Amino acid sequence: MVFRLLRARWRHGSQAVPDPTTAMPDPMFRGFPDIAKEGAPSAEMIAACPGAALTVNPVAIDLGKCHLCGSCARAANSPIRLTNRHHLGQTRRDALIVTAGTSFEEYHARAEKGRDEIRRLFGRSLKLRSVSAAGCNACEMELNATTNANFDMLRYGIDIVASPRHADAVIVTGPVSANMADALEDTWNATPAPKLLVLMGACAISGGLFAASPALDRRFFKDHAPDIYIPGCPPHPLTVVNAILHYLGRENGR
Amino acid sequence: MDRLLLKNRAAIPFDDLPKISYQALGDIAVGCLCAALRPVALFGVPEERHAESVRIVALFADDAQGTLAVTSVSAQRGATVPSLTPSIPAFHLFERQLWEEFGIVPEGHPWLKPVRYPHDGHPPRRIEEGYRYFAMKGEESHEVAVGPVHAGVIEPGHFRFLCDGERVNHLEIQLGYQHRGVERLFREGPLAAKSTLAESVSGDAAVAHATAYAGLVEALGDTVIPRRASVIRAIGLELERAGIHLGDLSALCNDIGYLPGTQLFAVMRTDIINTSLVLCGSRFGRGLLTPGGVNYDIDEKKKERIIATVRRIRDNAGLLAASIFDNQSVLARFEKTGSVDTATARAVGLVGPAGRASGLTCDIRLTHPTDAYADHPFMKTILQNGEGKAAVSGDVYARAFVRHQEIQDSLRYILELLERLDAARDGIIAPVAPPRPDMIAFSLTEGWRGETLHAAVTGGDGGTRRYYIKDASFHNWFGLALAVRDNGVSDFPLCNKSFNLSYCGFDL
Repeated sequence: MVFRLLRARWRHGSQAVPDPTTAMPDPMFRGFPDIAKEGAPSAEMIAACPGAALTVNPVAIDLGKCHLCGSCARAANSPIRLTNRHHLGQTRRDALIVTAGTSFEEYHARAEKGRDEIRRLFGRSLKLRSVSAAGCNACEMELNATTNANFDMLRYGIDIVASPRHADAVIVTGPVSANMADALEDTWNATPAPKLLVLMGACAISGGLFAASPALDRRFFKDHAPDIYIPGCPPHPLTVVNAILHYLGRENGR
Repeated sequence: MDRLLLKNRAAIPFDDLPKISYQALGDIAVGCLCAALRPVALFGVPEERHAESVRIVALFADDAQGTLAVTSVSAQRGATVPSLTPSIPAFHLFERQLWEEFGIVPEGHPWLKPVRYPHDGHPPRRIEEGYRYFAMKGEESHEVAVGPVHAGVIEPGHFRFLCDGERVNHLEIQLGYQHRGVERLFREGPLAAKSTLAESVSGDAAVAHATAYAGLVEALGDTVIPRRASVIRAIGLELERAGIHLGDLSALCNDIGYLPGTQLFAVMRTDIINTSLVLCGSRFGRGLLTPGGVNYDIDEKKKERIIATVRRIRDNAGLLAASIFDNQSVLARFEKTGSVDTATARAVGLVGPAGRASGLTCDIRLTHPTDAYADHPFMKTILQNGEGKAAVSGDVYARAFVRHQEIQDSLRYILELLERLDAARDGIIAPVAPPRPDMIAFSLTEGWRGETLHAAVTGGDGGTRRYYIKDASFHNWFGLALAVRDNGVSDFPLCNKSFNLSYCGFDL
């Protein structure tokens, strides 16, 4: 019996991504939008954008609202092309807006690093507490995937813990429903300072598809400024890992 | 006529709905007792010109005939109707929802309480105000409260265990924390532009909900999609099913500390969802479907990659499953844990793999097939467990074994569908006609969790008057509550994962 199990194990070899900081997703992956300077998005493209992320004046995509659904890029004569560049994390809300002609390198250069104290305290060990506040379970599953055998974020000392008392950061997924507003606030208050606030996914960053819903209560973000924004719908596990590593000043994984 | 017979994905004029009394609805419901009919949905539609009037629409499925039966009842907000729940327990949530949304009181309901604390309840209720949980008194009785924020990376919900020492007498589940007003957002703006929203109803079942939604829009506009598109949709749906089942087998192994299973099933899941990424650019199949067809075709190169991965995972998952399902330390934890017998499963209306593990035969792919499933029938192999019987024991073992069986069936079906792709060269997208006014339509899909229903009523201007979603979790949460009775509290994670239900799909 044990030999059958060993055979099953043997067939898989090593599945770990050797270096998550340089790994690239498949070319089909929809990541950073490349917007040509020539040409403007049509009215149909604007209307079809589910998160109202695409604007004409100026021509831009707000990655805090974009679901990377690709509907604008698929339209005829579109100036937009979604590349598979996936290092999308930012530290300022306005840095998430990609205007026409912005290259991925320019976009990525905007991402700041945490201040020295944070990097000294958390650089080698960062414990995350996840709060799903009306997330649809896609972000939650990708956050879980960061700790699986493939992506293995634990190799950098970054882990997910079961209690806010053990946490250095709260990572929020979902647009924050009114019914979860109190629980989110309680979790934040139960986390000892200094602490980071990380927003994962378009819903957490802007309300996403649900931004106009009367069932949300996003007042939490009026009082608490996020430290890291991780765009996507859902963000790829590599996007999550690299956004955190960059903030900790460990963008090369070291 | 007290009911109309329909096929899955049919649209009919709203005015053609038969109108009967709530008592007469009870008489039809009694048909459920002899298992000829199964309650699928019961929901209110506000009448267009009378704000105080509500049309209650009831949908039943006849799985043997492959038909749906629909009927309706007119009621006023705040009216009192005789509850159907005492005779047909599967109605308990539907009636609670009618009470919560429209104030219609089902008299004689055994435990009337909020469903999901919606933002537009009638009257509005706040989740913080709390609700008096079912209480139990006794010398050794105590309560364990868990949530809404859970220990892992999981959606929120509140669980209240009523225990006698270590033994669970009952588990009361209170959801609603995930309520985002999804149904309301479907009503705003053109219905054909809601693919991304449909994928977000429950992000782990994105293809299932997108399939149900797209089928509904196509039914309302009388759009026929290309055969090639229907084949690609089915491939996406079966990839989603196989991926989640692999992930859940991994999690089940984790909950019993059987780590080879945890890691190996998890890396196989990664392989399958990365195949979805190759297919359509998203590991969750997002962006694949659109009303009228699909956004991404499968060329020869993609086809070869999908075939290679699917064959490899089919063999490797089969080999690993074989070494798990006869391992004594695994069986000791899986067997006779969290059992739901067939009669109970039928009474509360379990659907999907959980229902099948308890001996029910419900599977929309077999009983109400559409598109690719109608053109190329989905065949199930009834795999045998060690005793030569199909796993229908209703315990964690059966639910795990059914998942294993469905992984094999789905991967085989994907290979069959890929063979048929060459013959279907009619494009991947058809123009979508706008929804016809004053219609009602129903669209059922077998997602990995089970029966997924999207229904809509259009208004005179072609806008959407009511959008109704029922995830498989709607029925199955109560099945989980029953499964943990008489089990140890510490076996809850195992029972929970064997169902793996959706919070956001329930809370909407």
